Amino acid sequence: MDASLYASRRRRNHLAATASYAATFVGLTVLALILGVLFWHGFGGLSLRVFTEMTPPPGAAGGLLNAIVGSLIMTTLALLIGAPIGVLAGTYMAEYGRHSRLTSLVRFINDILLSAPSIVVGLFIYYVMVRPMGHFSGIAGAVVLAVLVVPVMVRTTEDMLRLVPDTLREAAASIGLPRSLMIRRVAYRAARAGIVTGLLLAVARISGETAPLLFTALNNQFYSTNLNAPMASLPSVIFQFALSPYKDWQNLAWTGALIITLAVLAMSIMARALTGTRKAS
Amino acid sequence: MLPAFTLAQWSQNVATRRKFDGRMNAPGGKAVVDATWQGPDLAAQDVATRARVLNKLRLGDIFFHQLTKSAAILVLAVLGGVILSLFLGALPAFSEYGLGFLVTESWNPVTEKFGALAPIYGTIVTSLIAMLIAVPLGLMIAMFLTELCPMWLRRPIGIAIELLAGIPSIIYGIWGLFVFAPFLQQHVQPQVIALFENVPVLSTLFAGPPFGIGILTASLILAIMVLPFITSVSRDVFDAVPPVLKEAAYGLGWTQWEVWRYVVLPFTRIGVIGGVMLGLGRALGETMAVTFVIGNAHRISASLLAPGTTISATIANEFTEAVGDLYTSSLIALGLILFIITFIVLAIARYLLLRIERRIG
Repeated sequence: MDASLYASRRRRNHLAATASYAATFVGLTVLALILGVLFWHGFGGLSLRVFTEMTPPPGAAGGLLNAIVGSLIMTTLALLIGAPIGVLAGTYMAEYGRHSRLTSLVRFINDILLSAPSIVVGLFIYYVMVRPMGHFSGIAGAVVLAVLVVPVMVRTTEDMLRLVPDTLREAAASIGLPRSLMIRRVAYRAARAGIVTGLLLAVARISGETAPLLFTALNNQFYSTNLNAPMASLPSVIFQFALSPYKDWQNLAWTGALIITLAVLAMSIMARALTGTRKAS
Repeated sequence: MLPAFTLAQWSQNVATRRKFDGRMNAPGGKAVVDATWQGPDLAAQDVATRARVLNKLRLGDIFFHQLTKSAAILVLAVLGGVILSLFLGALPAFSEYGLGFLVTESWNPVTEKFGALAPIYGTIVTSLIAMLIAVPLGLMIAMFLTELCPMWLRRPIGIAIELLAGIPSIIYGIWGLFVFAPFLQQHVQPQVIALFENVPVLSTLFAGPPFGIGILTASLILAIMVLPFITSVSRDVFDAVPPVLKEAAYGLGWTQWEVWRYVVLPFTRIGVIGGVMLGLGRALGETMAVTFVIGNAHRISASLLAPGTTISATIANEFTEAVGDLYTSSLIALGLILFIITFIVLAIARYLLLRIERRIG
């Protein structure tokens, strides 16, 4: 027997295993580093003031209230617009047109929209909303985010409705329930956890979104709930403050970053816990 | 007796229910319905009410069906809208510069001479370097998660890696700018420059003062950002390899590495490529993180340590400050180019992933 061949095979196996351990270690270390740095820089600034005061001029104390409120308003509106569209489209794909050509086309296009650069969506809304209106506005920001919500909702709704056993549908039909009622009363109820997961994933996706907001909602130094005027959002304030030369602005940016990250991570962990299955966003 | 229109509706109702699912054309179902429907002592008023209710349900059904269908079509319309508006927005720039726009390096807002070459170069180079780093790393992590990792640790580690995908891109941006770039500038880049000083090709690639920010830094951050996509797709396809195949190879005395390399990887090749393309699509369009660390310089440098720019970073940095239609239009034209590139990459990714899904079933 060729002992050296065995030895070299064993060596190669060890090498591969070590590389694989090392790669995982690198991945986990980076995650820990990012979270650690966020806490290190952001935790000190975390106080009640952050949630109760406006973004300050350089050199003064202040908080992030207008940015947080702006983010909440635009995210809520985006969900109100985008989620129903996404759920309905997903319903069509899983219930009515399960084998239709339209469904496979929509699925393909939707998957592309799911990973398409959000900045391009921002340009689209700029062209169809901001330019005709003549000014930046909170509503344009909400519509951009809604366009980003739709593909997430379509995907999860379709997947989750498909997991509902057909026997449930048949049972509902056999007692004479019309199809639309069957979908709303039986299928939606059975897939509820999954659809809520989709909502969480969608919120997680849009709450950190910055690029498309830069030229739709712009930003606002002041407190404003006027949807027809530029509106502040947490990510765009972070962008502006982090790139500024002022130390206190940078500190606020770190605090804002910590808030967003914690919120987003909490939502994605909750989404996972809800379904109990792992699902890449 | 039932009035004629009710009967017609009733039969339609049965027909829709039959159409509902291929498995449901049970003759028994009809008999049950018959018994309730043709009762002899059905009062006329009941019949009318029933007809009204059934009619309402039928209309509701049609309405809901059409509503969901139009929502599905709306998804297509969004894509159409994106393409159309980008195209119309880019038209002034393309009619001014023609296809020369794609190969011109100059980007001068003062003289209104715009060309897309530097951003296109930056986008492609940063994405390729990112993939060069992230693909082996991602595959190794996926191999760890599916072959080596103890069962109880698989889920937590898998989730931790996927959390990297959940962190918003702007967080990577400020982390890159305030932590990662200074670290590279002080502790890595000077050594790298010194190391390759006398090596022919590498001395050009790693030349110049250590800025910290630049093409290479952006690539490294992109690599971290696409890592979870590659890992999670590869892990899913690795998991789908029939155990019999692996067991057969182990039965022949193969090592873990050999099984992975010569059984798992060939079997899942298409899926892995799909995952890689998916990550590439993300890397190409990534905006905020890159904007923070690339340096936003409209030129093409041979050195990877020099500042550069990407399509998305240019748009993010300059769009709100762009004055003049030609400037705005040139930026939208950049967006169109980016969209076309990512569309092609993502379409290939989806096609490949669809193929492996069908094979695994």
